[in-house]
Amino acid sequence: MNATSVDEAFNPSVHVYEPHKAGLPPLRPYFKALWGRRVFAAEMSRSGIRAANTNTFFGQIWLVINPLLLAGVYYLLTDIIGGASGRPNSGAAFAHLCGGLFAFYYFQGAVTTGAGSVVGGGKLLMNMAFPRMLLPLSALRTAFFRFLPTMGVYAVIHLVTKQPLHWVMLLAPVFLILLTMFAAGISMIFAAVQVYFRDTSSFLPYLMRIWLYLSPVLWFAEQAPKKFQAFIQYNPLYSLLGGWTDLLVRAKMPDAELWIGGVAWAVAALLVGSFFFMSREREFAVRL
Amino acid sequence: MSSLSVSEAEKKTMSNVDASPAVKVQDVSITYRTTFERVPTFKTAIVRFGRGERAVREVKAVQNVSFDVAHGSAIGIIGANGAGKSTLLRAIAGILPPTTGRIEVHGRVSTLLSLGVGFNAQLSGKENVVLGGLAAGLTRKQVQERFEEIEDFAELEKGFMEMPMRTYSSGMFARVAFAVAVHMDPDILMIDEALSAGDAKFKTKAADKMKELATNSRTMFLVSHAMSSVRELCNDCIWIDKGKVMMRGEPKEVIDAYTHFLKVGADKAVSLEDL
Repeated sequence: MNATSVDEAFNPSVHVYEPHKAGLPPLRPYFKALWGRRVFAAEMSRSGIRAANTNTFFGQIWLVINPLLLAGVYYLLTDIIGGASGRPNSGAAFAHLCGGLFAFYYFQGAVTTGAGSVVGGGKLLMNMAFPRMLLPLSALRTAFFRFLPTMGVYAVIHLVTKQPLHWVMLLAPVFLILLTMFAAGISMIFAAVQVYFRDTSSFLPYLMRIWLYLSPVLWFAEQAPKKFQAFIQYNPLYSLLGGWTDLLVRAKMPDAELWIGGVAWAVAALLVGSFFFMSREREFAVRL
Repeated sequence: MSSLSVSEAEKKTMSNVDASPAVKVQDVSITYRTTFERVPTFKTAIVRFGRGERAVREVKAVQNVSFDVAHGSAIGIIGANGAGKSTLLRAIAGILPPTTGRIEVHGRVSTLLSLGVGFNAQLSGKENVVLGGLAAGLTRKQVQERFEEIEDFAELEKGFMEMPMRTYSSGMFARVAFAVAVHMDPDILMIDEALSAGDAKFKTKAADKMKELATNSRTMFLVSHAMSSVRELCNDCIWIDKGKVMMRGEPKEVIDAYTHFLKVGADKAVSLEDL
């Protein structure tokens, strides 16, 4: 019987289905199956990228041109509205804007594609049993690979605007990982909510636009307007993007509060997001 | 390591058929809440909240169902629309876990629950086959090995496997879906209304393949409204009505009882129309 030749560690041939305790599937087998089928998430993301022509020359170019044009637009905007004629260092401001904006667009892309992942995977979901969390995670992978080329652009901008180079910049990926964890949690929440309210995807762009303005992307973290200063640190992206740009753009060690805030928000979002997602998972098959 | 030893034992029992049941369903009830809106949105939810209405209803799809299915049997599940047949299959496949009770499944399950389902129309046939296989837990190599068989079995015109599935006709969808389900090397195959689409030639081919699987001591679940295919393919039958098992036994007897039951219902409907 060659059916049993399948890797038994991930596909034990005896399955027992029992009511979920407290609405959650049994966690150990769940995460085992999740890990066992990571190839599926990767392949799903890869074929999605192929279908969107992202792997063609012009597809790649667009991934770079789009955020670059946006950075130009926002730079002009802040320059004109902010009356930044007296801006001390416009090169630094532009580099900071690009570094922050590219990371923010990574976050936005992960949440937006993640939000649609469960509803979009509807047909697969109704026909097969697999950990549904693979769908938002696959969307996260897609967002990451769309983000990578912009880092090359940032490297050029960093050098052209003569920003400092220092070994602490090597710590920047830590904040990228924290941002990824945070994005994973948020996208799982929206993926589950989207099943219940299909118009969530229509609200998301507005939410994201507001979130961008409230985050230290168009302005430096220490420049936060006075009336916001009291509560600006409660914006998760304040720590996550603040720490990221401090390390990447200014090559300086972020304050301890940014580290603590970043780790706390990332872990909290991932835990809350994944547990919320798993608790809703059973209903997906009957709600789609 | 315990899961490995269980599966070792499983291999032995599977070689001598009927030693232990392939599927054990013990006092299973399935209740779920779902909305009856076409597209649930936040907007309509707010409007409804203002009116004090709710669109969410509780569905008691399956109630206190128990049965065992031995290895190598081909079991037909019949019943009226909305009787809970598909929900029961989903529960056994692990897609919709039960609300109470326990389901034990011995062996790898492959499902074909309603046609065309399981596919993303933007991707090519090949990509869909690969994704389906990976989601079912196969490795990339295993999927690659099966791909040729699937392509041969589906008999699509040359080059169609590389085209997006939105260019497929519904019959082609059906062929690919069926080919994937039977080539995943399942111990337990679950098919829901699979023979309703596809042309006569493919239907015969599909029926032959199902017979072949059944004789290879694979277990098969077949949900169908076509009594002839249940009679022909199955050696066991369950009739479900309103979420409860009405009868279990030889296909012929169960089908007779079911059609008798339907006739009584149909007579009533006719007499109502006559009024």
